[in-house]
Parts: sequence; structure tokens; C-alpha cells
Amino acid sequence: MTLLIKNAIIVNADKLHSKPQDILLEKGKIAKIAASIPEGSHKIVDAKNKLVFPGLIDLHVHLRQPGREDKETVETGTRSAAKGGFTSIFCMPNTTPVIDNAMIVEAIINEAKRVGLVNVYPVGAITRGQMGKELTDMAELKAAGCKALSDDGKCVESSQVMRLALEYSKMIELLLIQHCQDHTLTAGGVMNEGYHSMVLGLKGDPGIAETVIVARDIELAHYLKTKVHLAHMSLKRSVELIRFAKSQGIQVTAEACPHHFTLTDEAVKGFDTSTKVNPPLRSPEDVAAIREGLKDGTIDCIVTDHAPHTKEDKETGFDNAPFGMIGLETSVGLTMTELVHKKVLTLEQMADRMSAAPARVGGLATKGKIAEGLDADITIIDPEREWEVRVEDFWSKSKNSPFVGRKLKGRVEVTICGGKVTYQA
Amino acid sequence: MEWKRRDLLDLQSLDKEEIELILETAKSFRQVSTRDVKKVPALRGKTVALLFYEASTRTRVSFELAAKRLSADVVNIASSSSSSTKGESILDTALNLEAMNVDMIVVRHYSSGVPYVLSKNLKAAIINAGDGCREHPTQGLLDIFTVQEKLGSVKGRNITIVGDVLHSRVARSNIFGFKKLGANVTVCGPSTLMPRCVKELGVEVSYDLEASMKKSDCVIVLRLQKERQQEVFLPSLREYARLFGLSQSKLDKASKDLLIMHPGPTNRGVEIGADVADGCQSVILEQVTNGLAIRMAVLYLLLGTKELQ
Repeated sequence: MTLLIKNAIIVNADKLHSKPQDILLEKGKIAKIAASIPEGSHKIVDAKNKLVFPGLIDLHVHLRQPGREDKETVETGTRSAAKGGFTSIFCMPNTTPVIDNAMIVEAIINEAKRVGLVNVYPVGAITRGQMGKELTDMAELKAAGCKALSDDGKCVESSQVMRLALEYSKMIELLLIQHCQDHTLTAGGVMNEGYHSMVLGLKGDPGIAETVIVARDIELAHYLKTKVHLAHMSLKRSVELIRFAKSQGIQVTAEACPHHFTLTDEAVKGFDTSTKVNPPLRSPEDVAAIREGLKDGTIDCIVTDHAPHTKEDKETGFDNAPFGMIGLETSVGLTMTELVHKKVLTLEQMADRMSAAPARVGGLATKGKIAEGLDADITIIDPEREWEVRVEDFWSKSKNSPFVGRKLKGRVEVTICGGKVTYQA
Repeated sequence: MEWKRRDLLDLQSLDKEEIELILETAKSFRQVSTRDVKKVPALRGKTVALLFYEASTRTRVSFELAAKRLSADVVNIASSSSSSTKGESILDTALNLEAMNVDMIVVRHYSSGVPYVLSKNLKAAIINAGDGCREHPTQGLLDIFTVQEKLGSVKGRNITIVGDVLHSRVARSNIFGFKKLGANVTVCGPSTLMPRCVKELGVEVSYDLEASMKKSDCVIVLRLQKERQQEVFLPSLREYARLFGLSQSKLDKASKDLLIMHPGPTNRGVEIGADVADGCQSVILEQVTNGLAIRMAVLYLLLGTKELQ
């Protein structure tokens, strides 16, 4: 099985190739890149006038299986991911039961292989049942296929438990991802604390709930001389703390979501529960700081925090509705529209934040770059193609997106995973 | 000035003229309730549903009497006896009411924004009778009406709102309403029960009730919702009463013309002294009387307008 991409303008994180090239994919690998490769009997994908990125990688996805298959499954979630241009995704452990043992990890990986659209890397829990008390069998989780651990959805709040988790995971060389949120400070908040929460009469989530954990975990990483990855950063202060930590050589990495560089808390005004997300949409200054952080690399990765919910669950009033929005199918469009076309990021930086950096952070050594010998994961994007986000076009099982009706510029045309076309517009 | 809105969801989005129209209309309805036959045929043939998801005596009865005195048919749905106990969402319940051709739904809900969501999904007129910590527009209107009646005008008057501003929908409606009519509003209360951005509403902030009383024409005392917050937000009720309770001794130091209001129900001895609540400067019961007139005015304006469309 071979596949030949013709006329590819290759966008790698370290170089935008100005001249079109041909890329031959063979046995799941990039076999050859040359000015012109004869068509022979290969299956052909013509990338003329499009951009060819290394396969996009999303470190933060909720697939909801096992437990809430009414919201999403491995099958529907990976279909949605392929449509969004992703070739590898990390799925979070807040399922029912929690991904805290090898059997569940293997079951998810096997189901993803059966579907065969996207590489799925389950993120195991840091603590048993995500209860924040006892560490999981981390080495076993790693052996089963976990590239990272997180209690996402919940924060590891006990400083002592987080210290032990970081020490132990350092020993077995496994990344920890922290969901930064001190719930005693969040105190039931459902949106950003500020003018809008006041006039909407909704309980405010103060940004300090995030920043106190960011600061604490930076200190832990510094003291223990180990890595920590901070999930879905939403605040200017968080960006500043991380920038300072990096300047000190502390091994902290971070990610941000398209909704946090696109929307502000003003979007909650109509009580649309698709705008209810955790961490919440913040102020215009925070949005600007997240963009700046992505530009200068303080924030390493763009992730979606794809969080599908049923209409029934979301239609329970703003206070009661669950947090989260879907994001796999709008991430490329929003990144191109809000960051690339507005000159916040170059194309190379987009390739870095959406592929090379997540590969680096997530420990995927053979991904994140288009080069001979690496995995044949490719995303072909038409940067000029304009489209409108429509409910009926989502392949995710859930439709909870605040971007419905929004016009975007830049669309995924073809996704190739392991040398196989997994999506074609 | 003609009423154009289908719903009354909040005072934040009303303009000055709309508020004045409601107040004017209320004046003409007030005498209906003092007649021997307390009924006019204005809303004959209309159906009003009262959908209350939170305990209420004053507001619910006030809306019910307002509707009945305008000759509307009234149905009462309390959450404890409705299908919500079977897990039906409020939107489904409301859609079912609409399927029975109810013309108006008066809704109280513990969750902010519920009346807004209903208005977006229903054709029936929606009145917000209090949603979460957001607004209680008819309470705001009746408070403004009472000040106007007692003091002759609202513009330029100094109004102090004292208590748990953070969780109070009455405070929000009052702030928006009084400011639109040109009053100066001061909010007073413990720092832990004050919204972080409260100054962005254009109000003064005070932590000294006695000082604020000296500068005020009217003090609106908010109910301290003992059931939910004092343990976390306050050291004790005793300490709250000491600093922010409107006691007779504090009142003695203020002007004899200072008007005392409270939306009820009162926690006597906590936010207001019993002698103050029953004293000659208190207009708490007049507020209740005026509330009925305000609600008749709102019902009349909303359902009357709908017929024109």
C-alpha cells in the first residue's frame, strides 16, 4: 500500500518549503521526499495550492468511552478528530470507570485500532479513581501504552500527593499533565468572575484558582528538577508565571485551547450553555495574553479540550449544565482564522504548536515532522478556503459548540494517518 | 410612549421611559384594589401560569392576585408538585404549558438565566419573578414606585442598599432601576458579600452603615439568606448584626425622614431590628401594597401589547 502526495508545499515547524515536492508514503512511513516522484501505480493525492502539515496532534481530548457513549465513543470521536485534521490524540481519563488501570488503557487502544482512523494514546489517571489520594500503578499504565498521566477534570490538589506523583513519574519517565484548579477557590463558580458574572448573577470562578496551582506546580517542578505539563491555560497571569519559569530553566510546558484565544466571558451573555467551559472564558486581556504566549512559545501547544455533552445534559440551566465544548473539528479553522491570518503565528509556528510541540511534549519521537523515515501522518490544509461552522456538519456525536454560525478561513482537506487517507473533504 | 416588549426579564435592558410607563400604569391600577369590587376585565380570557421553582409567599400571591383582579385565569405550578420531581426539565414543562395555550408564564427559578432561556424558546410572554442571583425586576419596580410615592421623586435621591449584595437579585434590579431614573446608589455590606467588580455598576461602596444612612434618603435592607451563606462568608450573625444590622440605635442617629424598606421576609434581629421594621419610618407593608399595583401594570402592558401584534 503506497500513497503519493503530489505538489506538496511542506510546512514543518523548522522550515516552510517554498517549492512544491512529492512525498511517497510506504508501509506507514514517509519513504521519500523529492522534487518529482513518478506516479507509477501509487494512489495519488494532489496537494496543489494547499499546505501540507505534519499530522496534527491533540494532547487533550475527551472521548467519553467507557461510560458515556451517549456523548461520544472512540469511533465517533476519532472520526471527528480525523475530520479536524488530527492523526494522533491523547484521551483523558475522566471516564466511567476512570482510566486508572492497564485493562482500560488496552481496551481503548484496541478499539481505536479497530476503528483505524487516529492514533489514540490514553492518558492514565495520576491517582486511583481520580480521587487525589493514592497514586496509580504508573509503570503498569506506561507499559500498557500511556504516554502521560493526568487527573484531568480534577486537579491534584494535595501538594504532597502532587510532589510524590512528580517524583515517581520522573523515575519512570512519564509526563504528568496538571488540570490547574484549586476547587476551594473556584467554590462552585460557573463562569469567569468579573463584570459579566456579576450582572448575569452567575457564580464567578476567580482566575486565582488556576494561578495558585500553576505557581505551586512550577515550584514543585523546580524543587524536584522534573517536568510538568500544564493543561488548558486561560489567564494572563498564568502565561506570565510560565514565561518566568521557563526563563529560569524550569521544565514546564503548557497548552491552550482555541476558545481561550478566541472568545471572552462576554460570550456567556445569552446563557448559551455551550459557552460554559472549564476553565471558563476569560477577559479580553487574557485572550490577548494567550495569543502572545502562543506566539513567543511560552505556551507550547494548541489543544482542543474536546468535551462532548448531550443536548439533554446541556439544557439543564447554566448553573447545572456540565462544563465543556467540542473542539476537534473547529481547531484548524480557528487557529488559521484567529492566529495565522491575523499574523499572530507564522505557518511554521502553527506546525509547531499543533504538531511538533505536542509530539515533543507527548514523547512521540517519530511524529511531528515531515521527513523521510518518520511516520506517514499528514494533514493537508487549504488556508484560503472559507467555510461556516454548522451543527449538521459535525461528525462528533455531540454538538455543543459555541462557534456554530461562525465563518472561518482555512479548512482541512485531507487527513492521512499511517499512510492511509482517513478523511477527505 | 407605547409598550413594545413581549417579556419582562430584567431592568438592565429597560430604558428610563419604559420604567416610567410601568410606574405610571401602576398608579392607575392602585385604586382597583381599594374598591369594593376588586376586579377589572382587562385580561378577561387570558391565561397566566405561575411557575415557581423556589419558595415564595409575597411574590407568588401578589402575581396571582394581580392576574385575578385583571380577570385573567390563573394556574399555579409549584416545583414540588410538578413533573420536575419526575425529572422533567423546566423548558419541557413550559413548552407543555404553552401547548395548552397559556398566554403568559411568570417564572421564579433558582438558576440565573432561566427566564431568558424560556423567552427564547416560547411564544408566551415571560415575566421574571426572580432568577438565581440575577434579577427580580418587579421587586425593583415596586421599590422605585414606593420611593417615588413617599419622596415625590427619584432623581437625585440617595439610596443605600445594605446587605448581601453578592447573592442578591433584588440588589441588582434596584441598582439598574434606580440609576436609570437618576438616583445615586450606595451599596453597603461586608466585603465578602460584595461583588468584586461592583463599582463598574456605577455605585458607591461603603462598609459603614451609619455613615451611609446619614447621607441617604432611603435605605433598602436586603434579606440575609441565612440558609446558605453566613457560615462561610461571615464570622457570625451576631457580628453581622453589629456592623450591618439596621437597629434602632443606628436609626436614632439618622434623619427622622429616612425611609426604611425591605423586600421581605425579614430576619428580625439580624438585618433589621423588630422595632425598626414595625416603626414609623418603615414602609415595608406599603411596598407589598405597591407590589400588587406594579404587577397588575406589568401584566396589563405585556398581554395588552401582545394583542396588538
